[in-house]
Amino acid sequence: MQAFLDIFDIYLLEAVINGILLGGVLALLALGLNLIFGVIDVTWICYAELVMIGMYAMYFMVQYYGLSYFIAAPFTILLVALLGALLHYLVIAPLLTAPPINQLLATGGVLFVLQSFATVAFGIDFRNLGIRLPVLAFGDMNFSYARLLSFLAALVGMVAVYLFMTRTFTGTAIRAISQDRQIMALMGVDTKRMYIITSALGGGLAGLAACLLVLQYDVHPFVGLSFGPITFLICVLGGLGNFIGGFIAAFVFAEIISLGGLFSDLEWGYVLAFAFFIVMMFIRPAGLLARRR
Amino acid sequence: MLELRSVDAGYGSFQALFDVNLDVKAGEAVGVIGPNGAGKTTLMRVISGLIRPSRGSIRMEGVDVVATPAHRIVSLGIAHVPENRRLFPQLSVDDNLKMGAFMKEARGTYAKRLDFVFELFPRLKERRHQMAGTMSGGEQQMCAIGRALMSNPKLLLLDEPSAGLAPVVVQQVFELVKRIRASGLTVLIVEQNVQQVLHVVDRAYLIEAGTIRSSGTAAEMLASDTVKEAYLGV
Amino acid sequence: MTGQGRLAAWAVGLAALVALPFVYRDPYHLHILVLILIWSFAYTSWSMMGRFGLVSLGHGGFMGIGAYVTALLWNHLGLSPWIGIPVSMVAAGALALVVGYPCFRFRITGHYFVLVTLALSGIVLQVITATRDYTGGSLGYTPNRATTNKLLALQFDDKTTWYLIALAVWLAGIVVWHLIDRSMSRYALEAISEDEDAAAAAGVDVTAEKLKITLISALMTALAGAIYCQYQMFITPDTVSGIAVSLQMVFAAIVGGLFVSLGPTVGAIITILLAETLRIGFGTKAVGWDNLVYGVLLVLFIIFLPKGILGSVLDRLKSQRKVSRTHEQEAVKIAR
Repeated sequence: MQAFLDIFDIYLLEAVINGILLGGVLALLALGLNLIFGVIDVTWICYAELVMIGMYAMYFMVQYYGLSYFIAAPFTILLVALLGALLHYLVIAPLLTAPPINQLLATGGVLFVLQSFATVAFGIDFRNLGIRLPVLAFGDMNFSYARLLSFLAALVGMVAVYLFMTRTFTGTAIRAISQDRQIMALMGVDTKRMYIITSALGGGLAGLAACLLVLQYDVHPFVGLSFGPITFLICVLGGLGNFIGGFIAAFVFAEIISLGGLFSDLEWGYVLAFAFFIVMMFIRPAGLLARRR
Repeated sequence: MLELRSVDAGYGSFQALFDVNLDVKAGEAVGVIGPNGAGKTTLMRVISGLIRPSRGSIRMEGVDVVATPAHRIVSLGIAHVPENRRLFPQLSVDDNLKMGAFMKEARGTYAKRLDFVFELFPRLKERRHQMAGTMSGGEQQMCAIGRALMSNPKLLLLDEPSAGLAPVVVQQVFELVKRIRASGLTVLIVEQNVQQVLHVVDRAYLIEAGTIRSSGTAAEMLASDTVKEAYLGV
Repeated sequence: MTGQGRLAAWAVGLAALVALPFVYRDPYHLHILVLILIWSFAYTSWSMMGRFGLVSLGHGGFMGIGAYVTALLWNHLGLSPWIGIPVSMVAAGALALVVGYPCFRFRITGHYFVLVTLALSGIVLQVITATRDYTGGSLGYTPNRATTNKLLALQFDDKTTWYLIALAVWLAGIVVWHLIDRSMSRYALEAISEDEDAAAAAGVDVTAEKLKITLISALMTALAGAIYCQYQMFITPDTVSGIAVSLQMVFAAIVGGLFVSLGPTVGAIITILLAETLRIGFGTKAVGWDNLVYGVLLVLFIIFLPKGILGSVLDRLKSQRKVSRTHEQEAVKIAR
């Protein structure tokens, strides 16, 4: 084992593994966005801002009210799920028959609202949970426990969604809607209700992501901007509404960011990821997993 | 069981049905025949709530269908097999059938209904994990009918079940309709294949340009001059 | 209104606008006017694409490049903004082409296009923040004060000069808008926004037409960024780049109205007066409140008045005169 590790640069391997760990959370974010796009055919530009609100919820419950992390987490997930449902009910539902771009821009307005709400309510200070999780040493490599935990929780979350989508009547209906909206009523499915459920589910995933991200990052009103764009790129590259594509693209991007970050700042990892994205558009314009016609 | 009284319906400013009166009694099989664009599909859609009548009343066993939300109509016992089957192509046969049993009343008997459908269509059991969109036209029609049967309906609406199928398969489909009738279901079937359908149903309505032109027993319709000339090519 | 009457109205209005700073000298009000003119120009630039259904959220990126490249060249290389501004515009244009070409070539439209451009402005913000050793990161950046030749440095202390510069730039924007409105490209782009495949079949070079308008729009937006930087003498990544700025452009253009040349200008007047009112009303607590109101209004506008204030008003006026014409206008959706 040691001999094998010697061949490779130890830091390179560490970065690769950290990339995989980051990929879990990104995949979770992409899944939520893809779910909503796949079912309702809208893109929530403000998705990352929902995560931001969730991070604040965690911060206040844990730091301010002294709740334990594991008790605060379900509440946060519920809260953001509720926000998701509310977003659909108040903003998307009135626009369902409007041109798609209008729906998208309306969620852009919500992005403004959430960001500035956070600024007004919580100020622009950076805040963190103050939980310092230990660092795991493996050979000469160090892995943050927080990342490992996030990765595992993200996986569990995604498996739960998978089971829900494949095993339950509601999950099956959610998968069916995008294939034929008109006849859903013949199945006894109330499409409006399904949209609300899907929005809540998408919100819940954002809430879960918030619980995980707050372990690693400080929360501030603009924190959504640091992972929102990358989530959109992942979804576009994976093909909007394509769960498997999004999953793979998440790990590809996470590796690029992590390896790019190895050589300089994390921000350059993002830039590299964007450059990669542009190149990929030339090679596979319809997305990573598009079927060739 | 089902009664339509003075029903007008259409799409936007386009009116497709004019003053339609139609009855289906329990245990009957009733056909609706007529040329393309006569309003046959509209008739089916207005019964199952996909479009709403602009005038008139529709009652299912005395319950006002027009006042029932579209997604609750299937709970009244009306199952609609839409034109062109309209399966969920990216879902497996199993999942398609599951969708048929979506409503709360049907979920309890899901396993039982699934056995019933698989017994009726052994072919579907073989293909249960296959994507519905990859099956042949005949198999897809079975799946679509099976999906409708999953809701344990009293009345089955069949819209052009033979459309787009090979002649041999058309024969099979009509055999199927007979078997479904035999199981005690009431059937309302829309067809362009007049000859075939009149051998399956008890009564039929002839619809032209959105209006019921004539009606009668299958035998009467087969003997009728208008039907003979226009649709049977005799 | 006849063509000549319209021209006369423009001439009178313009003369009044030019004369204004010589008659009315309140510096605060002039300052607001300069801001309105600069942002109007930026919003007009955005609407060049937006009106054809090319909804870009990447313009924050172009504006940021215009501002930062100009300032960086001046501070680090001593390059006059007279050269720096064209260089920054070229940089923004090049970026627009690099991102636009694959998008248009491979028919990336609708949601996909919005998300790609959204990421673009996000990335530009990241780069500005990442290169904090040069750009000052999120703390902001100030071009060095010119000690000798103010004209060479494009730095002026009096509001009147800036007002006239901003007015000229704004006017140029309006002229370009009208030139495009009368060109063949307009018909091509309208056809594309209706049905891309049909347009291509009719012989429209879809990729080239889209690239052309994107390039023009990006160049103008970069110019807006540079002018803003020169006027304010202080820029931060959040005020000239990023998603928030992009959304602000969309918001103003939609509020004012996308399909009329003065729509974005009306949008700028409304949004800036709103922001200023809120700023004065809330004082130091204003941080965030203006955007909060923006956001709520944006959502309400899209739901209830997607054609914008000016667009809706003009529609109503027109419908009183020509019924058939309104019908035609109705057919143009805000974007697809």
